[in-house]
Amino acid sequence: MNHEVLAPAGPLSSQIAQLFWIFVGVAAVVYLVVIGFLVAALRRRNEANARTAVRAVSVAVGITSVILLGLGLSDFFAQRVIAATPKDPLRVRVTAHQWWWEIEYSDGQPSRRVRTANELRIPTQRPVELELTADDVIHSFWVPSLQGKKDLLPGYTTRLDLVASRPGVYEGQCAEFCGFQHAHMSIDVIALDPEEYSRWYDAQLASAPEPSDPVALHGREVFMGSTCVMCHNIQGTDASGSVGPDLTHVAGRRRLAAGTLPNTLVNLAGWIRDPQAVKPGTRMPATQLSGEDLAALTTYLSELR
Amino acid sequence: MSQIEQTWADAPGLKGWLSTMDHKRVGVRFVVTTLVFFALAGLLAAVMRLQLARADNHLVGPDLYNQLFSVHGTAMMFLFAVPVMEAVALYLIPLMVGTRAVAFPRLNAYGYWLFLFGGVMLFVVFALNIGPEAGWFNYVPLSGPEFSAGKRSDFWAQLITFTEVSALIGAIVIITTAFKMRAPGMTLARMPLFVWAMVVTAFMIVFAMPSVMLASTFLITDRLISTQFYNPAEGGDVLLWQHLFWFFGHPEVYIIFVPALGMISEILPTFARRRVVGYAAMVIALVAIAFLSFGLWVHHMFTTGLPPLGMSFFTAASIMIALPTGLQIFCWIATLATGKRVQFATPLLFVIGFFFIFIIGGLTGVMLGATTLDSQLHDSYFVVAHLHYVLIGGAVFPLFGGFYYWFPKLTGRMLSERAGRWNFWLFFIGFNVAFFPMHILGLQGMPRRVYTYSAASGWENLNLLSTVGAVTIAVSMLVFLVNVVVSMRRRERAPDNPWNASGLEWATSCPPPAYNFMAIPVVNSRTPLWEKEFPVAEVTGLPEILRTTLVTRLHDAEPDHVAILPSPSIWPFLAALATTVMFIGSVFTPWAMVWGAVPVAITLIGWFWPDKEETARMLSIEVKPPEGEARVEALREVLS
Repeated sequence: MNHEVLAPAGPLSSQIAQLFWIFVGVAAVVYLVVIGFLVAALRRRNEANARTAVRAVSVAVGITSVILLGLGLSDFFAQRVIAATPKDPLRVRVTAHQWWWEIEYSDGQPSRRVRTANELRIPTQRPVELELTADDVIHSFWVPSLQGKKDLLPGYTTRLDLVASRPGVYEGQCAEFCGFQHAHMSIDVIALDPEEYSRWYDAQLASAPEPSDPVALHGREVFMGSTCVMCHNIQGTDASGSVGPDLTHVAGRRRLAAGTLPNTLVNLAGWIRDPQAVKPGTRMPATQLSGEDLAALTTYLSELR
Repeated sequence: MSQIEQTWADAPGLKGWLSTMDHKRVGVRFVVTTLVFFALAGLLAAVMRLQLARADNHLVGPDLYNQLFSVHGTAMMFLFAVPVMEAVALYLIPLMVGTRAVAFPRLNAYGYWLFLFGGVMLFVVFALNIGPEAGWFNYVPLSGPEFSAGKRSDFWAQLITFTEVSALIGAIVIITTAFKMRAPGMTLARMPLFVWAMVVTAFMIVFAMPSVMLASTFLITDRLISTQFYNPAEGGDVLLWQHLFWFFGHPEVYIIFVPALGMISEILPTFARRRVVGYAAMVIALVAIAFLSFGLWVHHMFTTGLPPLGMSFFTAASIMIALPTGLQIFCWIATLATGKRVQFATPLLFVIGFFFIFIIGGLTGVMLGATTLDSQLHDSYFVVAHLHYVLIGGAVFPLFGGFYYWFPKLTGRMLSERAGRWNFWLFFIGFNVAFFPMHILGLQGMPRRVYTYSAASGWENLNLLSTVGAVTIAVSMLVFLVNVVVSMRRRERAPDNPWNASGLEWATSCPPPAYNFMAIPVVNSRTPLWEKEFPVAEVTGLPEILRTTLVTRLHDAEPDHVAILPSPSIWPFLAALATTVMFIGSVFTPWAMVWGAVPVAITLIGWFWPDKEETARMLSIEVKPPEGEARVEALREVLS
């Protein structure tokens, strides 16, 4: 599983995991010692000397102070490492919505900016600085294998640095209760080799491909002629809604509806037909389509790589 | 019937039941009410555990699930954990300090009725499917006007109003009783540790509750009359809620925990047959916990992007609070080690269970206090595990120990030891099976408050195990219930001091008479009943035709004056009804605060209206001060 605190895939999460094991080690020793004394006190035959007992309490308090000071300092220094400003980070803006993630890659050139949703692709070994905000309620960005969590708050921009050491898919989930579908608000962070990442990024800059056959062409007409177009954007077409996720390259994503379903043709069709059955409360309404139109629409969308 | 019995007796029938001022009757009622809410909130938890037992389960949907955990958390915190401690205290403190009643008995009764009505409101709205849905800390803007339509969050906010008013009343009654009504000779340095713990708790309530009242009032006005305290689009701030809430919310945890520490300090020495080691250190530790608990609320907000250096301050405070808690644990172990042969009665078993469970919760608390670790653990199932280890291990286990320990005091019957052992072991094992796996689930990335999870997550087995544990806990609670019912009916009468304990509450009969003590004892020791001679003297001369008790000085408990306490009255009950109408009405319209104030005012006038016959009795015991030479003589006598 790629969503574990103790299976870190980057230097920041490794730092935290190490610290965790230090705390657990100390805690285990403390627990065993205290319980050991308790059991001894319960099972003893003769009364212990009262003066010795008071002295033992003082010693225990002294040792506790030293342990707590040590743990506090180790946290302080770990925090300095994690909070350090990274050099030349890749900047990505993440806006949380009920219940999906909007992702925007910033770039000096406006034409090289990329918008996507629910899937954050990053190059390995390079720090990524996320600028986090929310436009409705409070959410929290948490991908345990890579980093601790950070809240996304309406009216604030918070920052979180990520570094992935090796390629892989790292799953995460919204960690702050955000209403009905808090349980279905996942994000995939996909770390790629830098070259692979560049290729992917360049592909994202392209507009949506033209439909390849009549069925897909019909599908596009269905899309443009129905309510889909009110909320979604498909670069290179008339669809320019910004309420829901950008669909320009939707077929290239692993999962649908913020991690609710694997991205397959069948799931896509089921999701479009009745989103409320899959994810009750989602902002996406059901769409009344004939079987033929639905098949065409699904075909069109599945070509948007 | 002797004069004193007649004076303190309640009227028979329903009217007497509704108008009683007896802190013992009100206290038992209060405890039973909180236990009913505990059972109901526990059943909600059981439904949640059934839903989570399997991946992609459809037993309950998101709408119900969100209400389940919101009502579970809200009820456990506001309708069980805080009030049950106050309820036990309101029963026990007058007995422990050797007086006949609580201070302000009518206010005390009013506080209970208000609490009852507020709690009933919460469960009624839940049954009507309009229960709170934004969690027990009800973050904005999710609970604000834009994202929480209907009246659900308004009921939550009004529940807070009900319980806060009731908790503040309890706090005032406890502080005044403990400070001014102790038996002569019970100096502050001889006050039982449970009473100390409750005084500390009551002061924490006085300072913490206004913060949440302010927060929830802002929320109500945002929702009801469109103020914009929490709306960022209009210059409001979503983090304001979190600061105000947790400034209350963290002390709240200690408001639950500190009374439990006090209970342990009463129970454990009894079974070790020894005074507690380090009394002064214990008191200082309690006070230190109270101060520190107000300096660590930000550790609930470590992930909101606050500046790192500022957070370090709160880490320091969060970690530091382990020290006074640790000190108490060490002192108890020293007490066990230096006492006579330990007697393993059921109350002590629960205290031993406290050590095994709570220390784990305390240690994971240190982890959560560290900013870096918290960034991973916060809002995950690790926190769910931690908070139940601390609250159930730290407060509910000692509380159950307390039930077994003081049950004969309340009812005059002993609880069955055999059933007690079953109760303990099922609870202890069930608890650990239910909550230990949650630590691991949190580390595996499972966030709290999700109504379901996919099979691909790999969380299913541990969740199933946790559900098995939850069922075991439910069985243990059933054993407790049966034990209570059967023991009340069948068991032999308890002797007056069944555990051979040292505190004053055991110096009267089980259950105590309405006036608690025929004669208020004079105390010259921290453990009066273990002294060779008890009582060394008794207070005489209190008029018996009125409800009177002795008021003593704060620090040295020297007699100060005689207080006349109010007679039974139905007005506090009626005033609570009127207040309830006003509070619930204001969920629907702000005008309820205006028109609702009228019946409240009327009932309060009735409350304070003097009774002719009672006034006559008061006048009859008035003594005219001597005049002339005799007056000088009398003053000289008083001054010497």
